[in-house]
Amino acid sequence: MSNSGELSQRQQAWVLIKDHWDVSALLVLAIAPLGVPALGGALGGQFTTLFIYSILALGLNVMVGYTGLVHLGIAAFFGIGAYVTGILTVPMYPFQIGFLGAAIASIVVAAGIGLALGAPTLRLRGDYLAIVTLGFGEVVKVTLRNLEQITGGMKGLNPVPPPGAGVKLGGLDVGLSFAIDPRWFYYLSLGILAIVVIAMRRLENSRLGRAWMAVREDELAATAMGISATRVKLSAFAMSSAIAGLAGSLYAASLSTTADPNAYDFNRSIMVLCAVILGGLGSIPGTLLGVGILVGFDTVLAPWADSWIQQLDINPTGSSMLSFSGWRLAIFGVALVLVMRLRPEGLVPSRRVAAELHREEEHAAITKGF
Amino acid sequence: MPALPPHLAMISLEFFLQQCLIGVTNGALIALVAMGYSMVYGIIGLINFAHGDLIMLGACLALSLVGASGLVDAGPTATWWGVVLLLLACGLFCGTLNMAVDRFIYKPLRNASKLAPLVSAIGVSFIFMNVGLFWLGPADRSFPELVPPTNLFSGDTLQFTYQDLLVVVVVVLLMVALSVLVRSTRLGRAMRAVSQDPTAAALVGVDVDRVIAATFFIGGALGGAASVIYSLYIKTIGFQMGFQNGLYAFTAAVLGGIGSIPGAVVGGLVIGLVRSLASAYVGERWTGAIVFAILIVILVFRPEGLLGRRTREKV
Repeated sequence: MSNSGELSQRQQAWVLIKDHWDVSALLVLAIAPLGVPALGGALGGQFTTLFIYSILALGLNVMVGYTGLVHLGIAAFFGIGAYVTGILTVPMYPFQIGFLGAAIASIVVAAGIGLALGAPTLRLRGDYLAIVTLGFGEVVKVTLRNLEQITGGMKGLNPVPPPGAGVKLGGLDVGLSFAIDPRWFYYLSLGILAIVVIAMRRLENSRLGRAWMAVREDELAATAMGISATRVKLSAFAMSSAIAGLAGSLYAASLSTTADPNAYDFNRSIMVLCAVILGGLGSIPGTLLGVGILVGFDTVLAPWADSWIQQLDINPTGSSMLSFSGWRLAIFGVALVLVMRLRPEGLVPSRRVAAELHREEEHAAITKGF
Repeated sequence: MPALPPHLAMISLEFFLQQCLIGVTNGALIALVAMGYSMVYGIIGLINFAHGDLIMLGACLALSLVGASGLVDAGPTATWWGVVLLLLACGLFCGTLNMAVDRFIYKPLRNASKLAPLVSAIGVSFIFMNVGLFWLGPADRSFPELVPPTNLFSGDTLQFTYQDLLVVVVVVLLMVALSVLVRSTRLGRAMRAVSQDPTAAALVGVDVDRVIAATFFIGGALGGAASVIYSLYIKTIGFQMGFQNGLYAFTAAVLGGIGSIPGAVVGGLVIGLVRSLASAYVGERWTGAIVFAILIVILVFRPEGLLGRRTREKV
């Protein structure tokens, strides 16, 4: 970090604590499978999903958090990654190049499509851009569903072979290990998540990362300082798409199918966006926490609360009003409204975003006073 | 004229005209929803994500009212009056609800960053959907056929029923009423002033908050009318109907030039025609992709829309 000398001691201590928080979380997650046997079962798969969504959300955070562009179609790029991986690996096609090559191809294709969509549309106003991404998400979903000869329609593409299929490592069949023991995917996705987190942290303080934030804070001022706003936005779009493509590739491999196209619809996009906004725009720990809360809600809290309500035996007719998961949409809706009202910078805010948001409020208060 | 074999029926003139008629009727409905988007966007620059779901709630109310009033078994005259009353009730309900949402959710965010109201609108849309889920249940519900599907044309070649007529008549009446309101009343003048420059409007004595509230009410009331027409015409409603319909209508509003009322009408008709012709000639399952591809192309090449001007008169 070039500017660490300018930070005060307290800030340095805070940075240090934050670093340790991340490292200790990583250590706990890395050791956990040794002490928690459940991670070798279904729980391990749930954690893998959590890590994959975390990667996806960190990708979205580049565009929404750092650069301040609303993106409502991130699931489309997630789906593109999954389907590219599917096409390049399933036995139905002659390619069968294996996971590593397919993952790289997914990243490249997703980034390329992101560039192709972004190049003509990024000069649009923010809210129009949001609608373009939304429309693109629908186009991708409909296309995946309808091009049955290529994508398998609603059946999806399967089986996507596990990473390292057919590779023997010291008498151990790697692909088979991935297939039978969830802990292999647990470690693979945790490792990739760690790499993405490190890359994001480096990016935040890089020339490009600072340019993203400069464009978010004041596009005109950034342009006046010699930043090409279009290019900077385009790079953010490509980066978001690339990371989403990587997450999609991992998703398809971990499920051993591309799932059906409805897995990549608007709802998925909006849930990931909720995670980023809830946790804190432009904040890596915030984004991770946001994903944790949302995935935790769906996979842990909702089933637990539902079974608890069922035990109370107050819902003999099975009405959705008396089940916890029936309130899911309303709970998310209220959470979004409340966060925007009370804490627009999110639960674990990035210092810069918080300062920016509150400066705007102060500014508004001043102008209103006149 | 001898009947064409089935594989050539698609290229007959009658078939084409029939698709156009369906497109115009659909388009009129889309235009009615699009006007609600356009008005709100014109005045505070908010893409009201919850508008489609507001209409879904209007349809819920319409279904409940029809069920409670026993309108299905009433005679034809009573049915027509019943439809008028439904339009009024749902218009009032959706207008009030829209105004309340603005008062309690969007109004406190007027000075916040632009993202805040947009995200809040997504949140409101979720809440509405959940209410609709409780109201209707998870499955789609069929809406009783109040208006007879009697053909107005003689013969079988072209179909234009009372239901189609109802859509067109109601939409044209509401559109004329809205144009008069915006062009020639005090409130309309205030709305145009606020949409051009809220600060300047406030300086000359316009009560900006009240004008915005009125805009939300009118936009919501149009949505309420649209919900009744939709229920009577499409005859199937469900808690997830808002998203898709809202998206088509928003596309229409943008296509015509968001903020402009004639633009919303033109955009609605174009989208309606594209939808029906694409369904007939390309295949229903591609319709959504084609409509949104058009949206993207329009936004790229003519972001101000067909009728919009860069320095346009909004609302």
